[in-house]
Amino acid sequence: MLLAFDWTELAQQVVVGLASGGVWATLALALVLIYRSTGVVNFAQGEMAMFSTFIAWSLVHHGFSYWAAFSLTIAISFLGGVAVERVVIRPVEDAPMLTVVIVTLGLFFVVNGAARWIWSPETRGLPNAFSTRPIDVGGVAFSIQDLGTIAVSLGAVGLLWLFFRFTKLGLASRAAAVNREASRLLGVRVSWMLALGWGLAAAMGAVSGMLTAPALASFDQNLMQPVLLYAFAGAVLGGIDSPFGAVVGSLILGVLVNLIGTYVDWVGTELRLPVALAVILGVLLIRPAGLFGKPTARRV
Amino acid sequence: MPEPLLQLEQVEARYGPVKALHGISLTVGQGEIVAVLGANGAGKTTTLRAISGTVRRSGGEIVFAGHRISRRPPEAVARLGVAHVPEGRGTLTELSVRENLRLGAYVRRDRAGIREDERRVHSYFPWLEQRGGQSAGTLSGGEQQMLALARALMSRPRLVLLDEPSLGLAPMVVTEIFRIVRELNEREGLAVLVVEQNAMLALEASARAYVLEVGKVAVEGPSAELRRNDSVRRSYLGY
Repeated sequence: MLLAFDWTELAQQVVVGLASGGVWATLALALVLIYRSTGVVNFAQGEMAMFSTFIAWSLVHHGFSYWAAFSLTIAISFLGGVAVERVVIRPVEDAPMLTVVIVTLGLFFVVNGAARWIWSPETRGLPNAFSTRPIDVGGVAFSIQDLGTIAVSLGAVGLLWLFFRFTKLGLASRAAAVNREASRLLGVRVSWMLALGWGLAAAMGAVSGMLTAPALASFDQNLMQPVLLYAFAGAVLGGIDSPFGAVVGSLILGVLVNLIGTYVDWVGTELRLPVALAVILGVLLIRPAGLFGKPTARRV
Repeated sequence: MPEPLLQLEQVEARYGPVKALHGISLTVGQGEIVAVLGANGAGKTTTLRAISGTVRRSGGEIVFAGHRISRRPPEAVARLGVAHVPEGRGTLTELSVRENLRLGAYVRRDRAGIREDERRVHSYFPWLEQRGGQSAGTLSGGEQQMLALARALMSRPRLVLLDEPSLGLAPMVVTEIFRIVRELNEREGLAVLVVEQNAMLALEASARAYVLEVGKVAVEGPSAELRRNDSVRRSYLGY
């Protein structure tokens, strides 16, 4: 049995896992962005990503190519994210954390409802972004789609990293996330930095949505709900306050969930989500700060 | 007294329903070091916060360099050239020393000037250069206070507001910080409004001083005179 172990299949399944992990990583990063600046998990992040995906679908439906729609949707989502922060979050900027959480829950239903109202229930799909042919790498056949998905999601993550690391605006928004008042005293318009964070998070979410949809035969307004759970699990695994952790955590989770689903018969495809939930529970019990997060001590 | 740079006229401020300042009037001249003394809760910190806009101002008028700033938010006041080094130093702990300094110059656009000021700041605090990559949160209290001052200088301010620079620091470090503040004042004509628990130190470093009691100015005058004032001596100098 052990001798007959199929290493080719393992390699293929790891890549499949990295592809889904990469998609989750982009959404997980969106969650971390907002968590770091506002201290709350944005429960509507997945729905905002779904909404973006529907915008992309409409654009493709009106004759745009996938990649044209992809870029345009990212820009629209960014502006939409900024607008959501200005209109919905700004009034509760200084409110207690629970208030903001409730607002994001409300936002979940509003965005979901709006998507149902605008786009009728019908089967719809996005075209494949990549060739569906397999490609031979070192004697193993990988799907180009999986490799492309990994490349695009890690590319988006990398661009975001460059922005935060090397631009003045990126530096200012990191400062605003660390200490709002000290940043204002330095002349940083903290309120706009929050809006910028929401815009970037929405753009990252759009990437995850547009990479999720083409792999499905059809999708509806519930498209991103499982993805949000996986992304949340990945972020918790890596450390909800660590962007690096969220990416690595999501990739680990992607591989883990896929391997368990492949090699543990009774898990199969149906029980993958519970595996992710078990990861959340396990991390919170054993190492609440996650793999790369900073443990926080609080005086009581 | 030199030409006024900052003028507070009957300024009131409140935290929610609680009034913390009951009409403070004070001035800081161009290139002058002015100290604000007083017991805990007298409104020293709140006075600085009222100037920089980090507390709600409920009355009075604040004029800085010809601009009425009584209603302006902190980021706008900072852009006019007021650098507030807050209580607790406002260290951006997760960022590096270099990034903290760079943010000091956030509102500026003149690259050459920023580089020049970087050199100037490094000449006052040489260790900042060697430890630029270090995370600011790992610095000692004294180092964080110096970083905060250095960061304030990076904005090329016309006025620095210093809130309790000596708090929690070893006497030697405090002496060093005050030495640098005086040097900056003498060499570059930097105006400083400093709030200090250590009245002796503050009166030595400043030209004029105000003593606050429950949100009002109780005594004011040249620092040399206040040092000889009996009630000030008894209440704040302890001899």
